[in-house]
Amino acid sequence: MKRILRTPLGLSAAVLLLAVLVLAVIAPLVWTDQANAVDTAQISRGSTAEHWMGTDNLGRDVFLRVLVATGLSVRLALLATAIGVLAGLVLGAVPVVLGRRAGRVVTAVVNIAVAFPALLLALFFAVVIGPGTTGSLLAIGFATAPGFARLVQTLVAKVAGLDYVAAARVAGAGRIRLLVRHILPNVAEPLVINATMAAGAALLAFAGLSFLGLGVQPPEYDWGRLLGEGLQGIYLRPAAAIAPGVAVVVAGLAFHLFGEALSKGFTRHTAPVKLRRTEAASAVPTDDDAVLVVEDLRVAFPGVTPVRGVSFTVGQGEAVGIVGESGSGKSLTALAVARLIEHPGQVDAQRLTFQGRDLRNGDDRVHRRLLGTSLAMVFQDPMTSLNPAMRIGRQLAEVAEQHQGASRKQAWQRAVDRLRAVRIPDPERRARQYPHEFSGGMRQRAMIGMGLMGKPALIIADEPTTALDVTVQRQVLRLLRTIRAADGAALLLISHDITVVSQVCDRVLVMYAGRVVEDLPADELHTAARHPYTRALLAAVPDMTTDRDLPLAVIPGRPVDAAQVPTGCAYAPRCPLATERCVTAHPPLETDNGRRVACWHADVPVQVGDRGE
Amino acid sequence: MSLSRWVIVVSELTFEDVTVRFGTRGHATTAADGVHLTVPHGSIVGLVGESGSGKSTLARAAVGLVPVSGGRILLDGQPIDHRARRLQMVFQDPHSALDPRMTIGESIAEALPRRARDRRDRVAALLDLVGLPAECARQYPAQLSGGQRQRVGLARALAGEPDVIIADEITSALDVSIQGTVLNLVRDLQRRMRLSMLFISHNLAVVRYVSDFIAVMYHGRIVEHGPADQVLADPQDPYTRELLAAAADPAGQLDLGETSDTTPAHR
Repeated sequence: MKRILRTPLGLSAAVLLLAVLVLAVIAPLVWTDQANAVDTAQISRGSTAEHWMGTDNLGRDVFLRVLVATGLSVRLALLATAIGVLAGLVLGAVPVVLGRRAGRVVTAVVNIAVAFPALLLALFFAVVIGPGTTGSLLAIGFATAPGFARLVQTLVAKVAGLDYVAAARVAGAGRIRLLVRHILPNVAEPLVINATMAAGAALLAFAGLSFLGLGVQPPEYDWGRLLGEGLQGIYLRPAAAIAPGVAVVVAGLAFHLFGEALSKGFTRHTAPVKLRRTEAASAVPTDDDAVLVVEDLRVAFPGVTPVRGVSFTVGQGEAVGIVGESGSGKSLTALAVARLIEHPGQVDAQRLTFQGRDLRNGDDRVHRRLLGTSLAMVFQDPMTSLNPAMRIGRQLAEVAEQHQGASRKQAWQRAVDRLRAVRIPDPERRARQYPHEFSGGMRQRAMIGMGLMGKPALIIADEPTTALDVTVQRQVLRLLRTIRAADGAALLLISHDITVVSQVCDRVLVMYAGRVVEDLPADELHTAARHPYTRALLAAVPDMTTDRDLPLAVIPGRPVDAAQVPTGCAYAPRCPLATERCVTAHPPLETDNGRRVACWHADVPVQVGDRGE
Repeated sequence: MSLSRWVIVVSELTFEDVTVRFGTRGHATTAADGVHLTVPHGSIVGLVGESGSGKSTLARAAVGLVPVSGGRILLDGQPIDHRARRLQMVFQDPHSALDPRMTIGESIAEALPRRARDRRDRVAALLDLVGLPAECARQYPAQLSGGQRQRVGLARALAGEPDVIIADEITSALDVSIQGTVLNLVRDLQRRMRLSMLFISHNLAVVRYVSDFIAVMYHGRIVEHGPADQVLADPQDPYTRELLAAAADPAGQLDLGETSDTTPAHR
């Protein structure tokens, strides 16, 4: 609620709505008698100092009548909304309680009702039930119900499919309890928002019905009736029509704006996405030998800095692996290199060169072309990184058309050729298929094939096999290896699986809490790892030779929260070797014989991980 | 807190020729196809297989979340009455398996038998059993880490005093440093309480570590099952052999038929 009031829109909407509601309560109590006072001396006057908005044909003050009418208008709108929301809730939630078959009947009824426009329904009910306050109240209430019921159904269906509802069912919770305890509280927010907006709509609908003479009947009066009366003399006394008109608009706006503010407050909106270029610190001479040079790379989002000074180099044809747990910054490092960090993220680096070209400054279009042709990116989930509505071959061909200026036919042929290169069987036929016709492993190969449309100097693979089965995983890893051998491309492989990385790569970077803590040759990982975190990580993962009679080694504590990185070594709270120094001073990444390690106590022999727990 | 009150009467879960089909006649897919499987008294049966092989379907069928199209699922030779809650399940994703609007204590208490008294004490005892402080009961899921949430999932499953627990990929959404603590807990609980458990995972190394028996599922069928040592040492089925090879050597050189995405076995 505080978040809503902090925005200007939220604050003004809340104040406006509060004013309308207070007026609705107070005005009838205070001014009813004055508003009903007939003054035959002042019949049908225009605006005067005494009667701001003039008088009606019985000499009653229009302004006061509009104020008093607030009570009835708002009350009826809220009542009608309550009827609509209640009926909608029942209709929408009943399928959960009734079970499959009866639920389907209710859903069908709601589907038919939704097809009718609400105003048509309201008019229909008003005529059937008969004109008058009760009639129009029910009419508008029932007209609101189908739309609301549909909303409830959709929301409920979404939540009902979640694991915690299944868990509660397995635990023996009844249908009613499921609905009341687990489902409704989790769909409440959008329902509250929509109910608020529905109240605004009901207010307008009521004014409409009363204006037509189907709603409130004399001697009672609401804004709709006042508007109808005022309209008869609009050329002589415009104020009498304008006053109730303005009232309807203001009250309607108050409800709608407040609903809008609520929805903004409930869903935390992020700023619009925009690619941001960081300013160059200085022009550093570039290293022509390496494909990729990263020095002191930082990635920051408002409030957190998940990557805190990462430096590494990837040589020609070299395979470098980055391992770390979720939140270690490994994926963000890869995205920053590929210039895929979006606003509000901010990338800073002492140096960031790809094939000798400084990526921090210069023409964005040139960079995009360079990255488009020389850098291949493979993501974790091949289903979401391919366009489901486009043939596989077309998607690959598009790359060649965009970046290499190939003709449509040439591009297609190249696509088929590349699909063959990534070992897709029968590539001519497969190129004409859609992503859903491919299996997970084949989609991932198609993604790699897309990266190979150019002549990549570097392939960045971010958890390329995490979504795949072990037997398929090894085919994809093998393919990456073959491609490297054939094209001489370098590989930057990001994975949480230390075994995979150690088998595929030449060199392994271990990341923890946004920093590289160790950098060593992959074949020495199991024998010569020096950082206690690396050693604990190796011991914590069961493999096919783990002793089943002993408990697994575990790393105590939990991974660091990027928003609260401790001073000193981030691993210190979980480290068995930690001393006073580790807590106060951050260990630098020391280079020694081509290896790097950031630890005050590297090489201290230790029984890493604590067995038991 | 004495453990004796949590000792659970051991039971045997049997799948007899279980078939599960989804969809209507014309477009039906068979997720589980004539599955025979037994989870014996007080032992952990590990079920491995690739995604889509029907492992989770089998689990959901056992606890009554998915209707069975053919065959029977028996507990001690009797058809399962799901209202009796003798089977409990721990879910894969610790983030969606707990109601975000209920405290941990409420979530666990909900699974306690209705006749249960001194519910607060029992919740505290359950939390203690899975190695969480009693204060956790007042916290909401968002305040816990993934590993802690998975412990809550286990505590909730134990709260119903089930005869058999079904654990569906309970470590696959966890970080490697956390995975070990949950696996240790599963092993520890099983040894102390002689639980019967069906432990489902795609990770053979994980299944190997916790299981007494191993069953391998492929395309909806159980292609091999037996004592863990036997299956690991002397696999009979070609798919099991391939799984073993891939687990021992994830990026191995073994040529699997370069153009084929699926394995040659069982086509």
